[in-house]
Amino acid sequence: MSNERAPKAGVLQGTLDLMVLQTLATMGPQHGYAVAARLEQVSAGSIRLNMGTLYPALMRLEQRGLVRGTWGTTDNNRRARYYALTRAGRRRLTEEKAEWDRMTAIMHALLNAGD
Amino acid sequence: MPMDLLREWLARAAGFWRPDRSDSDLEAELRAHIALAEDAGRPTARRVEIAPALESLRDQRGLPVLDGIARDVRQGLRALRRSPTFALITIVTLALGIAAATTVFAVIDGVLLAPLPYPDAGRVVAVWNAAPGAPGLADVSGDLRLSDSMYFTYAEQNRVFDAFGVWGSETATITGHGEPEEVRVAVVSDGVLQALGVAPFAGRLLNAADQQPGTQQTAILSYGYWQRRFGGDPRAIGSLLTVDAAPRLVVGVMPPRFTLADAHPDLILPIRFDRSRAQLPGFGWQGIARLEPGVTIQQADADLARMLPLWMTSWPAPAGVDPHVYEAWRITPAIRPLKTDIVGSVDSALRVLMATAGIVLLIACANVATLVLVRRDERQHELSVRVALGAGRARIVRALAVEMLLLAATAAAIGAFASACCVRVLAAFAPSELPRAGEIALGVRELAFAAGAGVLAALAISVIPALRAMPSLTDVAAGATRTTTDSRIRQRGRNLLIVAQLAMALVLLGSSGLMFRTFRALHGVRPGFTDPAHQLTLRIAIPDVLVPDDRRVAVLEHDIVDRIKAVAGVESVGFATTIPMAGTLPDWDVIVPEGGRLSQSDMPPLRLFKMISPGYFHAVGTALIAGRDLSWGDLNAGSRVVLVSENLARELWGGAQAAIGRKIQTLPGAPWHVVVGVVEDVRENGAGKPSPAIVYWPAYEENPYRANRSYIARNITLVVRTPRSGTASLLGDVERAVWSVRADLAIAGVQSMEEIYVHSMAQTSFTMTTLFAASAMALLLALVGVYGVVSYSVSRRMRELGIRVALGGQPGALVLAFVRWGLLLAAFAIPAGLVVAAVLNRLISALLFGVTPLDPLTYGSVVLVLLITAAAASYLPARRILSLNPVDALNH
Repeated sequence: MSNERAPKAGVLQGTLDLMVLQTLATMGPQHGYAVAARLEQVSAGSIRLNMGTLYPALMRLEQRGLVRGTWGTTDNNRRARYYALTRAGRRRLTEEKAEWDRMTAIMHALLNAGD
Repeated sequence: MPMDLLREWLARAAGFWRPDRSDSDLEAELRAHIALAEDAGRPTARRVEIAPALESLRDQRGLPVLDGIARDVRQGLRALRRSPTFALITIVTLALGIAAATTVFAVIDGVLLAPLPYPDAGRVVAVWNAAPGAPGLADVSGDLRLSDSMYFTYAEQNRVFDAFGVWGSETATITGHGEPEEVRVAVVSDGVLQALGVAPFAGRLLNAADQQPGTQQTAILSYGYWQRRFGGDPRAIGSLLTVDAAPRLVVGVMPPRFTLADAHPDLILPIRFDRSRAQLPGFGWQGIARLEPGVTIQQADADLARMLPLWMTSWPAPAGVDPHVYEAWRITPAIRPLKTDIVGSVDSALRVLMATAGIVLLIACANVATLVLVRRDERQHELSVRVALGAGRARIVRALAVEMLLLAATAAAIGAFASACCVRVLAAFAPSELPRAGEIALGVRELAFAAGAGVLAALAISVIPALRAMPSLTDVAAGATRTTTDSRIRQRGRNLLIVAQLAMALVLLGSSGLMFRTFRALHGVRPGFTDPAHQLTLRIAIPDVLVPDDRRVAVLEHDIVDRIKAVAGVESVGFATTIPMAGTLPDWDVIVPEGGRLSQSDMPPLRLFKMISPGYFHAVGTALIAGRDLSWGDLNAGSRVVLVSENLARELWGGAQAAIGRKIQTLPGAPWHVVVGVVEDVRENGAGKPSPAIVYWPAYEENPYRANRSYIARNITLVVRTPRSGTASLLGDVERAVWSVRADLAIAGVQSMEEIYVHSMAQTSFTMTTLFAASAMALLLALVGVYGVVSYSVSRRMRELGIRVALGGQPGALVLAFVRWGLLLAAFAIPAGLVVAAVLNRLISALLFGVTPLDPLTYGSVVLVLLITAAAASYLPARRILSLNPVDALNH
């Protein structure tokens, strides 16, 4: 019994947390569906998170103190759980972004070095 | 990052114990997600995803492995609640097996495995001599004990002992206040308490100064006696205690539960050796030593062997004895661990019991495994459905194993509790032959053993069914209902388990049968006394200090016999220095018959010596074969007469009649004694041991060598033959009779001859009872096992049987077929069981008497019992076929 289901194809291992954090940073506090919809929209439909991937990820981030979830009400008067970045989450996002940029630069240089 | 991980796992651990978000909270969030998707007109998420997503969330929330186990436990409990009978039978069966095994382990641990209660106990050894050249020694006392002179030689010249000393058990009379009291005494030389390494509870130990003649006599109290006699008063140390009419200074108190080897003395007194009188013989002491660190028993033996020739030349032989006699004995040292010395005789009995308990546990496991197999077959449907719903194989095996573990854990807990009760009862009722019974207790090791037995049982009963193929998807397709014909493989597995149970039951039944035959054989032996229930025995000691004059002692003893004889209902009274089977230390020496010689080449065997009063044989019921009994006239006149046992008469003179009028002496030059009577042989050392040759000397006789000294029995056991034996009023009358002669005599060891007789067989009856209980349990379990499988098979085949009956089959014949099946199982079990019994033979043969380990009668009866059991256990459930209504069966 693996405790982390493999993300759907298209989501690079380890990048899901970064995507979620970035989405929350861009959009402000959001519920899970909004996060999923945003990712799908931004990726032009190539990233479709199912619930079994998205919600455990949110819970993991919450357990690590990077986001905080509270129940609230949507515009349509539905109850939903809203997730907001914590200060630690914001700090982590900055670090992870820098790390990602550094990594992609390295990868880019490496992959194009032979050209 | 590691900080994050730490936080996550801390949160998970917290979530495992106390989830901050409930399942319904998680589910609500997922439902909200679907609702929001529908609102947005993009129903990407479907309701069927909720369950697996919820599962993933739960995994993320807590600790998945533990969560899984907790879930398995919950599921297991639910499954067991659905079949309470199965759970109950399993738990009871396993608990019985575990309790039996744990109890026996506790006994073995306390008696055999645990070190003796002395610091660094592995270095404490018992010092004995072997004397293969001393004929008859084995009959009367086993190994050769140590003499005073040996003590001096060994203590002064050894190079291997940290401490060495000799000791012996005695009794002494305490007077001073209240009724005179007889107490158990250990007399010890310097070095004994030091070898044990036990510090005194208060005061000091005995030392070399205490054994110097001419100084203040001293004593050490046991903790128990200190409490009993002095109420634990610390002022007891330094006070005077009157022991055998002489005042002794109390110098110390031993700690609670102190034992000197296997003795539990009330008092410890120093030995006062008279070095100037020490001779080669006088082999009465037991030796104890503490080996120097690193010294082995072989090295210590070699060191003593070096000293023995030295000893032989340094000390005088008794007057008239050729010192070379002792060379002919071929005395060699025989040091062994003190523990071996103490537990030696029960070793084999305990091993038999451990094997027995192990077999009962095995049978219990086999029985439960059968039940589990049957239940698995019944749950085949449920399991198939679970497989069809996507439950992994491993998952199902794990769930089943957890179920068994639950059962086994409960059984182990109950078993440990039951065993704790058993151990208490056992410690209270254990035969006193069981050494170290006080050290038997349920400790950590016993609990660990019970837990281990539980885990093993759980593995055994979950592995056996797991070996069976798991239900496959084809099963699921085919098995919407239960299969009608029982799979052959399953049937074979169950049959095998039943055969194993029956075979093991046969082994236990056989052993208990053999013990029963031994018990009967022991009772069938004519012990050399009759009607023990009507004999009261009691001990009296008249110490030197109380009555110095030997002649006066003889008169007192005669008076006591006369006064007791006058008590209402008393048929006869007599006394002897030792009585049969009482376990008192025997006195033995050589005799020279007229015409015989005492020399190195022709060493006469050692004979058991007893001093007796007239009337002793009548009181104890030893038949006079030839000649006459001793008379008071003989004693008063100082006649040099003697009686001998029949086997001695036959050995020396060819027969009882021929012995009358012959003469014997103890040493060349000693006065001749005329044999006036021959009595039947007596099983002195127990009904199962051969009768030793016995010489019966008069209780009083002038000493030809020393004026004013006599041979006199000062420690006597009175035997009173009366139908009133066992009543309190008789004891009161006898006590008054004794005290009317002298009021300061202590009366001790009051018991009927029957008690002594029964006690001498305690080990046999203890083993027999335990084996009986175990084999009854085994037979019952095997019966349940056979009943279970036959009953299950009958109910599975009800429809088929109904069809057969409807087609004209004879119900009787069908029943017979099932009985044949049961008998066939037994038929397979019998040779298997006999082979195991033959292999385990060596374990039990040491305990048997009057029966061979593969006694045909015993095993014949056992085989019969097994066949009857198997037939009955298969007939009972098959009987249902007789009342079978074919129509019902077809409709079923």
